[in-house]
Amino acid sequence: MGMIKKVFHSPKFRLGFIIFAALLLFVFLYPLFDSGDPLEMIAVQSYLKPGTYVSQYDVAGSDGITLDVVASDKKLASHLPEADRNKMKTYLVDFVGLDANQVDTNNIPKLIEQWMDNYNPNNKAGLLVSAQRDYRNINKEVLAALDAGDIIIAINDPETGELIQNKTIHDQQYVQVSSVANRQVFPLGGDNFGRNVLRELVEATKTSLMIGLIAGIVATAIGLTLGLIAGYVGGTTDNIITFITNLFTVIPSFVILILISYSVGQEARGVLLVACIIGFTAWPWTCRSVRSQVISLRNRDHVNLMKLSGHGLLHILTTGILPYIASYVVMALILQIAQGILSEAQLSMLGLGAATSKTATLGLMMNWATLFSAVVNGSWWAYFPVVIVIALMSFSMNLMNTGLDQVFNPQLRD
Amino acid sequence: MSNENTSCLKGVGLTKIFGSGKKSVLAVDHVDFDFKNGEVISIVGESGSGKTTLSKMLLGLTSVTEGKIYFQGKERDISTRAKQKEYWKGIQAIFQDPFSSYNIFTKVDGVLLDCLKMRGKGNLPREEKYQLMKEACRFVNLEFDELTNKYPFELSGGQMQRLMIARVFLLKPQILLADEPTSMIDACSRSTILDMLMKLRDETNMTIIFITHDIGLAYYISDSVYIMEHGIFVEHGTSDDMLMHPKVPYTKRLISDVPKIYEAWDLDSITV
Repeated sequence: MGMIKKVFHSPKFRLGFIIFAALLLFVFLYPLFDSGDPLEMIAVQSYLKPGTYVSQYDVAGSDGITLDVVASDKKLASHLPEADRNKMKTYLVDFVGLDANQVDTNNIPKLIEQWMDNYNPNNKAGLLVSAQRDYRNINKEVLAALDAGDIIIAINDPETGELIQNKTIHDQQYVQVSSVANRQVFPLGGDNFGRNVLRELVEATKTSLMIGLIAGIVATAIGLTLGLIAGYVGGTTDNIITFITNLFTVIPSFVILILISYSVGQEARGVLLVACIIGFTAWPWTCRSVRSQVISLRNRDHVNLMKLSGHGLLHILTTGILPYIASYVVMALILQIAQGILSEAQLSMLGLGAATSKTATLGLMMNWATLFSAVVNGSWWAYFPVVIVIALMSFSMNLMNTGLDQVFNPQLRD
Repeated sequence: MSNENTSCLKGVGLTKIFGSGKKSVLAVDHVDFDFKNGEVISIVGESGSGKTTLSKMLLGLTSVTEGKIYFQGKERDISTRAKQKEYWKGIQAIFQDPFSSYNIFTKVDGVLLDCLKMRGKGNLPREEKYQLMKEACRFVNLEFDELTNKYPFELSGGQMQRLMIARVFLLKPQILLADEPTSMIDACSRSTILDMLMKLRDETNMTIIFITHDIGLAYYISDSVYIMEHGIFVEHGTSDDMLMHPKVPYTKRLISDVPKIYEAWDLDSITV
């Protein structure tokens, strides 16, 4: 109990823990508020922009509320982009003779007013033909922007085929967003398959955490067992285990990871298998450090005393040595989990991760975003949140690890 | 149970070399000795002279590079775990540092329970086990009820070392190897510990091998003294002989290094 308190006194551990807990909470609470199949392909289009989508059909059908406002600046701005407004200013200053200070391209209603007062399509003096055409087009846009004509909703009569006017919508009619029955919220837009990115991200974070956890546990279990045996038994056993460990350390584990993933084959690669493969290639450094810690422990007096008391290998390892290195093993486990999540992302980016479109992992989301050129067409929402989540997860776990290190290793306290 | 002058622990040409090749270190160099039953033997030497390595070899905690050890006249065999366990019923140890002798994650009563199991008394009813442990604690002036459910770090160094003696009292081995048992504790506890070791010897007729760097202490408690320098026994004899008529310069130096208060005992004229 005292130990846990001490751990939470470390500011680094606290920060890491808060970030990690917040992520976990979000991942597990979000589905309660937005329950939908995270991998349902909703949109026909890929890379929907983030935002709320309301049914156009419903909007047209619902009764509007009249608000006494003139066509808003936004509507005008959408008709008259910056370039057009600059051309209007040039016309007004150069040909009409207004003072440049009087014409403000940002005050659109005023600009339109000045335009309507001064534009004369018949005044062609000193204007090139192309310029005349430009100004005619701008004038059309201005008229369109000012146009407050009603939109007529008509229904096709099934018997006669005639269009019967049903209702008209004028430009001061508004609809409350929440009163529209059919709405779809895409807080982080849609991905290439037309899925809701946020829902998918939550699901992917869960899966990736599980992969990291399994990989970390597998790696730590193998590394711990081999390290304990190598360190405690010593001699030939130690030499053999150290040789294998060195073999795995010399060849970059990522290369082994790629080779194993590739040779397992596309069909067989499920989430669980990928996690186990990652765990199987990540154990060597846990083994090495556990071994060296055990070597420094095995000649301690308390171990000698346990031997003299007639205890066997297993009992000494589990009660005389394991508790002494437990804090270290927990730290190693946290790092292995973070490393497992990163390895999965790397592997999936290469297309060697879990071969499935039925589950999402953080790496797979990145892979899909790359394959379907999200980066090129600027759909940042398809990959950027994924990167942030991966970064936050490994950052928080590394922080926790450093915090624990400071607690258990007094030399590192600052 | 055993009479004087029969060989208890005998070593012939005992050698320990650490490492191999150029980096090898010769820690113990062909030592011969013959410890008799019921004796108190001191092995005296400086740090690094090979005392602890020798004790580890005698305990069977480290392998012997060369030479043979005879236990009660027969050659020692610790090739299997069962034989090891049998050997450790005959020889036990008290280590130098009481603070590192305990597993800090287990409660101290576990140490005594282990001894009962080792003596084949693990299946006794709770009450009897409790009585035995209580008796052992009383032997070293500890109250067993105060110790139960305590972790080692809740005891003082002196208490820990006394509990170690209680452990030996429960095990009743033929040989006790005490590796500088008093060097890490304060002077008051030291004499208590030494008195208890002597009491243990008197009650059980145990052979005690006392390893120390303090020749004065060795003289005070032991029957015969072995002087060790650089892995070799340079001199040995009865404790009186050693102190009064040292032959080797190393022994003379060790004697001159002893604080004066020990010489005062010698001179039989205590005027402090």
